[in-house]
Amino acid sequence: MGKTVLEMKNIHKKFPGVYALNSVDFELKAGEVHALLGENGAGKSTLIKVLGGIYHPDQGQIIIDGKEVKINTVMDADAAGVSIIHQEIMTVPEMTIAENIFLGREPKTKFGTVDFKKMLSVSQELIDGFGLEMKASRKILALSIAQQQMVAIVKAISINAKIVVMDEPTSSLTDSEVDYLFEIIEKLKAQGIGIVYISHKLDELFRICDRITVMRDGQYVGTKVTAETTRDELISMMVGRTLDNYYVRTFHELGDVVLEAKNVKGGLVKDASFQLRKGEILGFAGLVGSGRSELMKDMIGLDPREGGEVFVDGKKVEFHGVTDAQREGLVLVPENRKKEGLLLKNSVGFNLTLAVLGDFIKGISVKKSKETEIINTYVDAMAIKTPSVNQLVGNLSGGNQQKVLIGKWLAAAPKILIMDEPTRGVDVGAKAEIYQIMNNLADQGVSIIMISSELPEVLGMCDRICVMYEGEITGVVDRKDFSQERVMHFATGGR
Amino acid sequence: MAAQAVKKENAMVRFGHGVVTYLKENLAILCAFVVMCVALAIMSPVFLSVDNILNVLRQVTVNCNLALGLTMCIIINGIDLSVGSVVAISGTLAAGFISNNGMNVWLAILIAFLIGVVMGICNGLIIAYTGMPPFVVTLAMMNIGRGAAYVYANGQPIRCFVDEFNFWGVGYILGIPVPVIISAILFIIMTLVLTKSKFGRHLYAVGGNEEAAKFSGISIKKVKITVYTLSGIFASLSGIVLAARMYSGQPSAGNGFELDAIAASVLGGVSFLGGVGKLGGTIIGVLVIGILSNGLNLMNVNSFWQYIVKGLIILAAVYLDIVKKSRQKF
Repeated sequence: MGKTVLEMKNIHKKFPGVYALNSVDFELKAGEVHALLGENGAGKSTLIKVLGGIYHPDQGQIIIDGKEVKINTVMDADAAGVSIIHQEIMTVPEMTIAENIFLGREPKTKFGTVDFKKMLSVSQELIDGFGLEMKASRKILALSIAQQQMVAIVKAISINAKIVVMDEPTSSLTDSEVDYLFEIIEKLKAQGIGIVYISHKLDELFRICDRITVMRDGQYVGTKVTAETTRDELISMMVGRTLDNYYVRTFHELGDVVLEAKNVKGGLVKDASFQLRKGEILGFAGLVGSGRSELMKDMIGLDPREGGEVFVDGKKVEFHGVTDAQREGLVLVPENRKKEGLLLKNSVGFNLTLAVLGDFIKGISVKKSKETEIINTYVDAMAIKTPSVNQLVGNLSGGNQQKVLIGKWLAAAPKILIMDEPTRGVDVGAKAEIYQIMNNLADQGVSIIMISSELPEVLGMCDRICVMYEGEITGVVDRKDFSQERVMHFATGGR
Repeated sequence: MAAQAVKKENAMVRFGHGVVTYLKENLAILCAFVVMCVALAIMSPVFLSVDNILNVLRQVTVNCNLALGLTMCIIINGIDLSVGSVVAISGTLAAGFISNNGMNVWLAILIAFLIGVVMGICNGLIIAYTGMPPFVVTLAMMNIGRGAAYVYANGQPIRCFVDEFNFWGVGYILGIPVPVIISAILFIIMTLVLTKSKFGRHLYAVGGNEEAAKFSGISIKKVKITVYTLSGIFASLSGIVLAARMYSGQPSAGNGFELDAIAASVLGGVSFLGGVGKLGGTIIGVLVIGILSNGLNLMNVNSFWQYIVKGLIILAAVYLDIVKKSRQKF
């Protein structure tokens, strides 16, 4: 391992209400693969965005090759030799590999036109240099995801990057493609390039990384040499925080099975089976992209299911969308309230009643009193703070928007309620209220599936936790065995 | 007794609120409308005569019908460019069936009408099931329809002097022109549908956020097919009324009508961002455009100038809309 190429010292970054980075240090040597590890929201992405010139740190130093640099724009980052390969690969699909490599800095002929010949030959040299079998004249859209990633890497090298950041590079790669990527990474190491590697997959980190830095809640936790650490040590570093105790929950004997999935497949979901009992809150933990939301969408028929069976109250069901599921008393409160959940341009009342219009509209006759009753019931039940039920939902706070979304689905009187990230982007007060409502529902015999990336709330609220990893349920943890370490063990691919 | 009185009073209060909201929502366009009317009344003594008013109303009926469809299309982030061609098709066919084939008037009208409606249904099916952009689909349908009308009529207008037929364009019931009655009925029905029915709410939901509508159990396909079918129905009906009024089916009829209908919708506050717009606004847009043409005619302004004035007014109205939007928080 060579000299230090990058040092980030005492980096601070605050967003309104969130201390995203609190005195974070990071160091990278030439020819090293250094992993950044942490739960969702630990601050890894923020740190990388500071390095890439997308965010400006409130405080702190970035030192590259011994010289302090100011990185204010993406161009500054390029000039400093920092290249970031994003999770969603940023290439132009309709252009050739060569055009993408030289995008924005195309070589010119003496007439001022683009020198395609030179572009092609230089690109091909670079590609051959890596031993890649690709023609520089091919269009990006004809390439696999792995090949596109290679192009991004080649592009990074072509602008003389000394530091390459890879953000979850294997999230959409097959096993053999991962091997291929790791060969390329070895070649980069041999050239003395420093690599920052972000991944949730512990197995990979042990294969490819020299050192691992763990972050948690925006803070630096520690750095370990990979050869000298263990999986368990890393997990306890990632999750080592205390449980907040605002989880309200009264536990009961569980009732009969109300919902069962048998070998459901489709999209990201490879094979998943589970049972939900009456009055239960069943947690679904796992990392982003592990297939939790997709499993629910497969069951409801929002995404095409490729196999498996779903049973409600022991009866086999075949849902083709939200309406079918709602008829059997199963509703889904979607994850992204702005995109999938709410109509921001419409009123609180409009949103609250959208799933139950049939209850008060027949033809063109609207039972105004019934409509008002439904709206008032759920504004009160959810304690939605709004100046009027005619207020546009887009004008409410995040917490109140989330309560409108939940209220909309409670209006459908569900027996089974699937809540995907029910407290995302919600302040502490509203969170506590949402937990209270979930508890009351479970008391009344409603069965709840709670998908959440926040481990403390899953541990605090649930009877059992299903943990998913890469489209499969790798473990089901009973309440008596709850621990963050155990959940993280399954969530990172342990069995 | 007392309860009934309270209920009545509530209804009155609600009606009052409705009127106030309506005035507030359409303030800019209503002001423009009133200013135009006052100015024209002062400048041209003929403007406020009963004859002229009925004349204006009859002239705006086609645009009014088409704008009903276009307003719905734009609310769901779509567009229907084919309405002008559907006007030509149904009018030409109806006149042709009667004059060339000697078909029974009622049967001719029915068949011509249905053929126009089928074009709307095709638009809807293609847009809903292939995911092709509405602009492209209806642009293609516009060309197909126009071409078909020219082919059928061999490029020539088809004259049609049959009282039973012409009644739909130039007739009167209780002193009111028949086309005005038809448009008024359609307008009232569609206003009720948009404000009171489940379909109306689904329409705004699909326009506001298609993904959220899908997650709410609304069938996006059904909404889209219904909207384009309705647009086809209104256009087809307009084509027959227009042919009846002109005593001939003209394959060149309705050229550019889609643009006037879009202009009326936009003037009436229908947003191209989707999910927003009311027929109560659209009708004012229709009247503003109608009065503008009428007024400029009365003042003997060259009709070519009317395009320029229309264009400027659309720019101004949409700019006002954007200014209003930018004050909203999200």
